[in-house]
Amino acid sequence: MEITAAEALVKCLEKEQVEVIFGYPGGAILPVYDAFFHSTIKHVLVRHEQGAVHAADGYARATGRVGVCVATSGPGATNLVTGIANAYMDSVPLVVFTGQVPTSQVGTDSFQEVDITGITMPITKHNYLVKDASQLPRIIKSAFHIASTGRPGPVLIDLPKDVAQTMIKFQYPRTVQLRGYKPNYKGHPNKIVEAARLITRAQRPVIYAGGGILNGGASEELLALAEAINAPVTNTFMGLSSFPGDHPLFLGMLGLHGTRAANLAVTNCDLLIALGARFDDRVTGKLAEFAPQAGVVHVDIDPAEIGKNVQVHVPIVGDVKLVLKELLARVEKRNDTSWLDQIQAWKEQYPLHYDPEGKLKPQYVIEKLNEITGGNAMVATDVGQHQMWVAQYYRFKRPGSLISSGGLGTMGFGLPAAMGAQVGMPEQQVVLVVGDGGFQMTMQELATVVEQELPLKMIIMNNHTLGMVRQLQQLYCDSRYMAVNFKFLPDFEVLAKAYGIKGYTLRTNEEVDKLLPEALAQPGAVLINCIVDADENVNPTVMAGKSISEAIDC
Amino acid sequence: MRHTLAVMVENNPGVLARVAGLFSRRGYNIDSLAVGRTENPEVSRMTIVVEGDQRVLEQVTKQLHKLVDVIKISDVTTERYVDRELVMIKVSATPSQRGEIMQIADIFRARIVDLGAKSITLECTGNDGKINAFEESLRSYGIKELVRTGKIAMLRGIRYTGVQAQESE
Ligand SMILES: Cc1ncc(C[n+]2csc(CCOP(=O)(O)OP(=O)(O)O)c2C)c(N)n1
Repeated sequence: MEITAAEALVKCLEKEQVEVIFGYPGGAILPVYDAFFHSTIKHVLVRHEQGAVHAADGYARATGRVGVCVATSGPGATNLVTGIANAYMDSVPLVVFTGQVPTSQVGTDSFQEVDITGITMPITKHNYLVKDASQLPRIIKSAFHIASTGRPGPVLIDLPKDVAQTMIKFQYPRTVQLRGYKPNYKGHPNKIVEAARLITRAQRPVIYAGGGILNGGASEELLALAEAINAPVTNTFMGLSSFPGDHPLFLGMLGLHGTRAANLAVTNCDLLIALGARFDDRVTGKLAEFAPQAGVVHVDIDPAEIGKNVQVHVPIVGDVKLVLKELLARVEKRNDTSWLDQIQAWKEQYPLHYDPEGKLKPQYVIEKLNEITGGNAMVATDVGQHQMWVAQYYRFKRPGSLISSGGLGTMGFGLPAAMGAQVGMPEQQVVLVVGDGGFQMTMQELATVVEQELPLKMIIMNNHTLGMVRQLQQLYCDSRYMAVNFKFLPDFEVLAKAYGIKGYTLRTNEEVDKLLPEALAQPGAVLINCIVDADENVNPTVMAGKSISEAIDC
Repeated sequence: MRHTLAVMVENNPGVLARVAGLFSRRGYNIDSLAVGRTENPEVSRMTIVVEGDQRVLEQVTKQLHKLVDVIKISDVTTERYVDRELVMIKVSATPSQRGEIMQIADIFRARIVDLGAKSITLECTGNDGKINAFEESLRSYGIKELVRTGKIAMLRGIRYTGVQAQESE
């Protein structure tokens, strides 16, 4: 029996056990939506395509599954672009479908036509323009495979309307055939032996663990290695939650807004064990002075990351979980504590600090949130100061429980991503922490939150300003505050009411103490508007071009 | 240093754009690029001449490998190889100058592919050095038009960089 390619698409998604699609309809994607009509897969109608792709992204990060989103051609497709780039930078597995004008009109600047495969070439792991309907099942199978294996990433499939309507014989392929795509999982045995030798010999080792630990599901192995060799662990922003935030070996985050202990440890270590991290400029600061005395072991699934920014002594291309298992079998227990004593001294000398007196401080709110949730919530953030305070003050206990835009730093990511995470994890407590600026970028998705009856808790760190940029202007522009202070903001508590959800406005420590637990305990969605001190800065901070060992407070 | 890469790619639409886009957005310089199909109709071969030190070359190779449509990459410069390029040059030539030009053509084993009242068009194949020398020797006559195919290269001897070679590995 023959079915339309659009119907085949839905069958493919069912075969891939897709449980939810985030999307927004339109003309060119009409046949696909008609096929959705007969499917049991849940479709979440967002309010803007950017919301769909960020939600699919948040869903993927929260569940570890491939996120799926759909949009129509032209403006629908271009509205996805930021979200696709975001997923690409953070290695999030997505399969993105876009409608396209009929093949006969492709290339003629027809109504709602854009070359979305051309536009997304540099921001997808791979993409397809489907010309032959019979190839669609093979393409979808490949797309899911490519998105979810190796270093994960987004894959886009552009489907012209006439192709979607073409009748095909449906058969879902069992295997994929991609001779140019063969990720390497098993680390080279000789390199692993060499790494084990370096680790055993090291006097001052530091483990520097990134998002690869979470993508590779290797948190347990990370903990085992750290404890086996008694090495302190620092996380990149993307790696946060891969190591218990309250563990004595934990240094906190490193880099631009990292803890001084983490940055000093890296600067003084003699062996840097980089696991699923990519020596991003926000981590390294001035490259020449990053871990200057250290030998470097670098484990990553993406060979192109190894040796890209720093010279590596022992490169290991492979799945970090498999490699760590091999390493664990070979390393010897280190008992020397002088390095750990030094680390402890730094931790005590340079704790993160702020003054909780006076106006309500954002750090105080995060500390309370941590206390109330016991570090067990799934925390989504937007981008800005509040994001860094979450990174510094929330002590993540569960791997994968931070949902945030790291590589691209996409304002507007927070709310839709939190929504996607909550869709994927309906039983899990999901808390969004968002700035008043970023919230206004995608707050249309409040309607989706309500429509989907999601019990999302949303905390707005309302400082009436684009805090992170204001901080930069203070530091680099002699406090000439240009285009950062909002002269008008909506009353977010009233806004919540407009959407029929409970709203709170908290202004003091006492109000936070009293009402934050109550707000978080509500059964449904809640918007918590925290009026916080605009003068608070993210500290420590490293000035542009400086070494991470020269952090300052501002 | 200059490297000559033989890049075997799936003969899919857009593959040239993927490769070219990668070079431009990562700031690698392509000296020349030649594409054509191979003995296998599903596979095209790109010969890319790229300038850069070992680090750049390593990144270029690794980034190319990340493209799903790229099947295999070989740096032929690291082995014994032959390379060729074809050039067509149109020079001004009055009938009285034709003899001289034909002599030059003879020396370089070039061929005359078109003859006009005031011009002559020559074709020549060879490696970089030969093509450059050929161009130089014609310059004084006034080069009206010049087009080069870009280099193609192949390993010497029985060694080959085909796709079958990869699958048997
Ligand atoms: C889409 C986008 N536009 C601009 C920026 C630049 N930017 C980074 S942080 C920031 C300020 C964020 O302000 P807000 O959302 O209020 O959060 P806060 O820093 O105050 O916590 C801006 C404008 C960005 N990261 N993303």
